[in-house]
Amino acid sequence: MNGRGIPRRAGVSAGLLALSADRAWSAGLAEHALEWPSGAELLRVLALQDYNTRVVIIGAGLLGLAAGLIGTFLLLRKRALLSDALSHATLPGIALAFMLMAAMGGDGKHLPGLIAGAAVFSVLGTGSVILIQRYSRLKDDAALGIVLSVYFGLGIALMGLATRMESGNAAGLSSFIYGKTASMVFSDALLIGAAALVCILFCLLFFKEFTLVCFDAAYAAAQGWPVGRLDFFMMALVVVVTVIGLQAVGLILVVALLIIPPSAARFWTERLRSMLWLSGAFGALSGLVGAGISALMANLPAGAVIVLTASLLFVLSLTFGTARGLVRLGLERRRLRLKINRENLLRELYEWFETRCGTADPGFDECQLMNAPGRPELLSRRAWTPAHFRRSLRELQSAGLLKRVAPDAYGFTPEGLAKAQAVVRNHRLWETYLITHADIAPGQVDWGADEIEHVLDRDLIARLEQALTATRPAAMPQSPHALAAPGRSV
Amino acid sequence: MLGLFFQPSAESAARAGPADIPLWVDDLTVAYHRKPVLWDVDLSLPEGKLIAVVGPNGAGKSTLIKSILNLIPKASGAVSIYGRPYELQRHLVGYVPQRESVDWDFPVSALDVVAMGLYRKIGWFRPVGRSHRQAALKELEKVGMAPYARRQISQLSGGQQQRVFLARALAQDARLYFMDEPFAGVDAATEKAIVALLKELQSEGKTCVVVHHDLQTVPSYFDHVVLINMRVVAAGPTRDVFTEENLRKTYGGKLTLLSQALHEYAQAPRPSSGKKGGGE
Repeated sequence: MNGRGIPRRAGVSAGLLALSADRAWSAGLAEHALEWPSGAELLRVLALQDYNTRVVIIGAGLLGLAAGLIGTFLLLRKRALLSDALSHATLPGIALAFMLMAAMGGDGKHLPGLIAGAAVFSVLGTGSVILIQRYSRLKDDAALGIVLSVYFGLGIALMGLATRMESGNAAGLSSFIYGKTASMVFSDALLIGAAALVCILFCLLFFKEFTLVCFDAAYAAAQGWPVGRLDFFMMALVVVVTVIGLQAVGLILVVALLIIPPSAARFWTERLRSMLWLSGAFGALSGLVGAGISALMANLPAGAVIVLTASLLFVLSLTFGTARGLVRLGLERRRLRLKINRENLLRELYEWFETRCGTADPGFDECQLMNAPGRPELLSRRAWTPAHFRRSLRELQSAGLLKRVAPDAYGFTPEGLAKAQAVVRNHRLWETYLITHADIAPGQVDWGADEIEHVLDRDLIARLEQALTATRPAAMPQSPHALAAPGRSV
Repeated sequence: MLGLFFQPSAESAARAGPADIPLWVDDLTVAYHRKPVLWDVDLSLPEGKLIAVVGPNGAGKSTLIKSILNLIPKASGAVSIYGRPYELQRHLVGYVPQRESVDWDFPVSALDVVAMGLYRKIGWFRPVGRSHRQAALKELEKVGMAPYARRQISQLSGGQQQRVFLARALAQDARLYFMDEPFAGVDAATEKAIVALLKELQSEGKTCVVVHHDLQTVPSYFDHVVLINMRVVAAGPTRDVFTEENLRKTYGGKLTLLSQALHEYAQAPRPSSGKKGGGE
């Protein structure tokens, strides 16, 4: 964390921003030089103020990008809360660094120095958690809670001491707790940009290695990957993002930028690579929009607005995410329920005719005409609500599977009969499977079968057919339990 | 604390088994906190056999495998794989961890997981390429899972997940395989697929060490047995070692009750996730 070295080196790589570098320095100066001539003052309001906003917004966006990227691995490694302890542990580092620098002269608010102090203490905090986990038998949540509160308490106490120091100017130091994006100057944006670049590079470079360690650390270790070092490196990137994010969003809220974007991204995809980029994009968007809103409305602290923007993205993703969003899950569940209802109706009707007409083809149509059940008979065969029943009946009719053969009597169309045969066959294969392979009393089978037949895949059905029906694959197996007798219909 | 700084590696290097023995264990002791889990384990397993590791819950079966693979520290003792320590022989060893040891909600496909078996071959920083994906697909075919290659792993049944783990180990192209309860909680079709796979590995001259829970199937699946309960009770060919008396020594007096329970456990249908197979 050589604060002086980083912005200069990054300035070379961040070409876009470097163009206006000298203007940035004057912007930083302008904030403190209040006795400038009035003509230049106007200029500053019109151009520089706008420029300052731009720096802040870009800086916040880059911070969000970096946090979203490394946050993805943090989340998948199940260390989200460790980053909370880590960020709270930075406070004593900030206070001590301030006191040290103030004692050496100056106002003590040299940003790179403060960030270095924060980094040292976040590493100490993480180390403390790991030590407690390894050498005491305390559970992880207790270890995290202890470290988080103890370091934060120490930090608050040291901050109190710092404000009472004669030398130095501790005013504004508390902005590290809640964040103050507006105080960001161009060199800060450069620092953040450099860190974001480092994060992108390493997330790409170590994509395979981080993935393996996150998914199956024991397997990775057995294969000879240095899991401990990879873990350490992953946490080091988290520390980098945390300490550069302190000034912008504050140590209490920076954890949100690490956790919320990847959590939101997970709702849109089942693939890690897309999740990584989406999370980075969500983080960047939160930073850009949040800092923008905060610049427009002077009384809204940027850190909070950034986090709230991220939360909004999260809620949208939770609801509308195409991979596992609630709307999609709900629709799927509804679709499955409707399908189950329709198949149940097909099966009931099939078994109705099976007990009266047999399954033999010749004469089935006439027998169907003679025996077709009405709605009350079908409704009473299962515990389904009249609404569900009517809907299934309507859907099957419009799909051309059922037809009305008399004013209130229903029978199969040829397609419907074939479909019903397939459904009933699956059902009975499964019932037979449960009875022969799983030692379930035959009388209890129907329930389990009802729930699972609709999700059986073709592969399993093929195997069941092979194992359970003797020779003819298309043959209809007998129902393993007694069907409702014809005479018993209500 | 001292264990952090003094590794017994020099001592282990001095003791090594013969180069033609896939797994040789000498005086292995493992302890969690203060409680020993494995005590003075000596083993010498022959090549090209299917070997079951059998014992009651908490007997140290998984611990044995994990300490062989250096995943947990040994209190004392030495292990050698084909005559040399494990660190030098990783390329010869494939590992199938317990299915419950990972989060199946992880955003990767079945193919991605199998490709992990190739990561050592691919090496640092290089991405998984097309040829690697094709190789992974071949391994999925061997366990009958090729149609599910693109599927996210939580959308697979428990048995299918287990087969993905096996395919990942196959991708390592090892000579010695350690499998931690591959039969736990799988459906009948998967059980058959695993058995066929084991026989095929054996016909290729490979050695498989399998932690196994179902006493009923030991004689038909395995030709070698290690009976273990904190220490090795007996080890050798199944027909010599898998006797009522040895089982009684392993499980104590509770064998009849226990084997009954095990039998029911193996037969009952289980949900595809969540149920612990009984590791330690």
